[in-house]
Amino acid sequence: MLTAILVIVGIAVVIGLALGWSAIRFKVEGNPLAEKIDAILPQTQCGQCGFPGCRPYAEAIAKGEADINQCPPGGEEGMKKLADLLGVEPKPLDESHGTPKPKSVAFIDEQICIGCTLCIQACPVDAIAGAAKQMHTIIAAECTGCELCLPPCPVDCITMVPVAEDLPHWKWKHPVIELKRVA
Amino acid sequence: MSRELFKFKGGIHPPGHKEESSTRPIHAAPLPKKLVIPLRQHIGNPAKPLVDVGERVLKGQMIAAASGAISAAVHASSSGIVTAISEQPVPHISGLPDLCITIETDGRDEWIPHAPLDYQKMAAADLRLHLRDMGLAGLGGAVFPSAVKLDPGTAQTCPTLILNGGECEPWITCDDVLMRTHADEILQGTAIMRHLLGSTEILVGIEDNKPEAIAAMQVAAAKMDFAVEVIAVPSCYPGGGAKQMIETLTGKQVPTGKLSTDIGIQVFNVGTAHALARAVHHGEPLISRLVTVTGHVLRPQNFEVLIGTPMHLLITLAGDREGMSGVLMGGPMMGMPMPDLDVPVVKATNCILVKSDALFPPLPRALPCIRCTRCADACPAELQPQELFRFAKAGDFGRAQEYHLFDCIECGCCSYVCPSHIPLVDFYRYAKSEIWAHEKDKQAADLARERHEFRQFRQERDKAEKAEKLAAKAQAKRAELTAAPATSGHAATSEADAKKALIAAALARAQAKKSESVPLNTDNLSPDTQHEIAEIEARRAKILELARQPLESEEKT
Repeated sequence: MLTAILVIVGIAVVIGLALGWSAIRFKVEGNPLAEKIDAILPQTQCGQCGFPGCRPYAEAIAKGEADINQCPPGGEEGMKKLADLLGVEPKPLDESHGTPKPKSVAFIDEQICIGCTLCIQACPVDAIAGAAKQMHTIIAAECTGCELCLPPCPVDCITMVPVAEDLPHWKWKHPVIELKRVA
Repeated sequence: MSRELFKFKGGIHPPGHKEESSTRPIHAAPLPKKLVIPLRQHIGNPAKPLVDVGERVLKGQMIAAASGAISAAVHASSSGIVTAISEQPVPHISGLPDLCITIETDGRDEWIPHAPLDYQKMAAADLRLHLRDMGLAGLGGAVFPSAVKLDPGTAQTCPTLILNGGECEPWITCDDVLMRTHADEILQGTAIMRHLLGSTEILVGIEDNKPEAIAAMQVAAAKMDFAVEVIAVPSCYPGGGAKQMIETLTGKQVPTGKLSTDIGIQVFNVGTAHALARAVHHGEPLISRLVTVTGHVLRPQNFEVLIGTPMHLLITLAGDREGMSGVLMGGPMMGMPMPDLDVPVVKATNCILVKSDALFPPLPRALPCIRCTRCADACPAELQPQELFRFAKAGDFGRAQEYHLFDCIECGCCSYVCPSHIPLVDFYRYAKSEIWAHEKDKQAADLARERHEFRQFRQERDKAEKAEKLAAKAQAKRAELTAAPATSGHAATSEADAKKALIAAALARAQAKKSESVPLNTDNLSPDTQHEIAEIEARRAKILELARQPLESEEKT
């Protein structure tokens, strides 16, 4: 009887030590779920979800503090991917956070710009080049179209220009085939 | 000379329609009044313009330079004045315009000075750079920059060089006619390729429906100082595809996601070899090519066409007929419908196929897929087209990729055999472009994430640096002040004393500055003004006196 108890206790101690050691040795830094969610988010860093950037939103979703339908730039598709990842039912986008828009980039009217640097400070991805009292310009390839530079501009010289379809970005359309009625 | 040939899986035997155009001799198309030369004629980065509007250019002058590793230069096809550098319609199925250089020709067709090149004395890298500047790109239809393909890379050599004269697609005969008439030059080009790639085995694969071309190439091959094997391969579409030609000649398959050079084989179109010979032995850049104009025209034939010539001109030249129902660039299997006939001939234009309802009856309406797998039997890439179709249609691109969508060469065999007339290839093209677009979006997102994280890091760093600097400055000042009274004998060691001293020093500085400033207009004053000043000074003194009183009274108490 005593032997049995001792053996069980012994096994428990050994396993407990092994588990304790591996918990320290193989500790996962950060939240791997937030990491996965962040990979799905469009990285616009626009803050329309109510969080200061995609990463904080991802963390909030991972903690269950935010819903999956608060990201207009990610659109329906992004929401479905999040639903897939989290194993929840897809739901329509929450319109209070905005509606999806066609991809645009900001454009600075250089005739009007006074070089105040306010937009540079607002840009979450450093996609505006310029300095105080110097002309500013958008680095179009790096602009995420977040629109965060629009409100701070004191002279309203920034407009959002939809990205026009050109040859390198042209996509084949889903073929429309007319099916013959057989019955 | 007999060689064991291999049979690739699948393939079809559509009617050839080669005799229509191959029986007539090559005609040089006349010089058009206006040449529109697109800057994106090859795979990779578009060329960068080198000329300005209004500039006179000569035939063969480089008007746009290659940019980046995978690119090729673009040249003026004739002499004239550059009238525009603008977006113009280009031969693309979308009908979207692209950047082109328009040249108003002057009819003199004046060449820029050019000379042959002693390629054997040049370093391989220099020669490749030169070929890139000659605008060479694969003329079989894929227009991949040839200079890149002529680099054997880390392997140093590419043992097998295959010259592709398959030309398996119906209607097209430009390679056939080229081999009949320019066999020697094709093999001279091959010699240069062999020199660059260090190949030991040179194979020329020609489909057996081109006996004249085979005979001409054999005669030319006998004259060369290295062994060239001219091999007749059985006609079977798409036997002229690079991967299919490799399999037919060597029995080897190019593994998924790999290049033929990974298994020691490089394939070039015969037209590319000819252009290469012209570039090296004559110094002529790629400014013209053979184009088959066939189908619903009066005189189907091959033309020697300057790049930039509008397509409608060639159709008129071949004799346009009533009842034209569309124009394809390329053959009936892989050709692209042209949205506009003003589009120019480019390096990729091997054929202009004019359609009519009699020759190409419109497809009957598609029926649902019955999963008969005839497409799978016909697929030369050994794929499961019916599954790919299902996934592409449903938007399940991940599954489509698992079924090796990117091994599809878009040859059109599956659509050709489909009893339900489903445009299968259109679905694969759609799926591929969606996947590429996703890939691009993902890259953009990764870039944005990286930049956003760096910005946050930078802001934190700036804040920390600023705080550190301020702290260091305050520390230094304090140290200075504690040191100064110590030397003058005062015992001011405590923090409070230091602060007091700091304030005292600042006060002293301010006083000194005040006393330094002297009113400037105090000379030569009239007695009136002096009197006024005295009054003001008295008032000021009185105010000062009044202001001091409560302070003093406070001190007294």
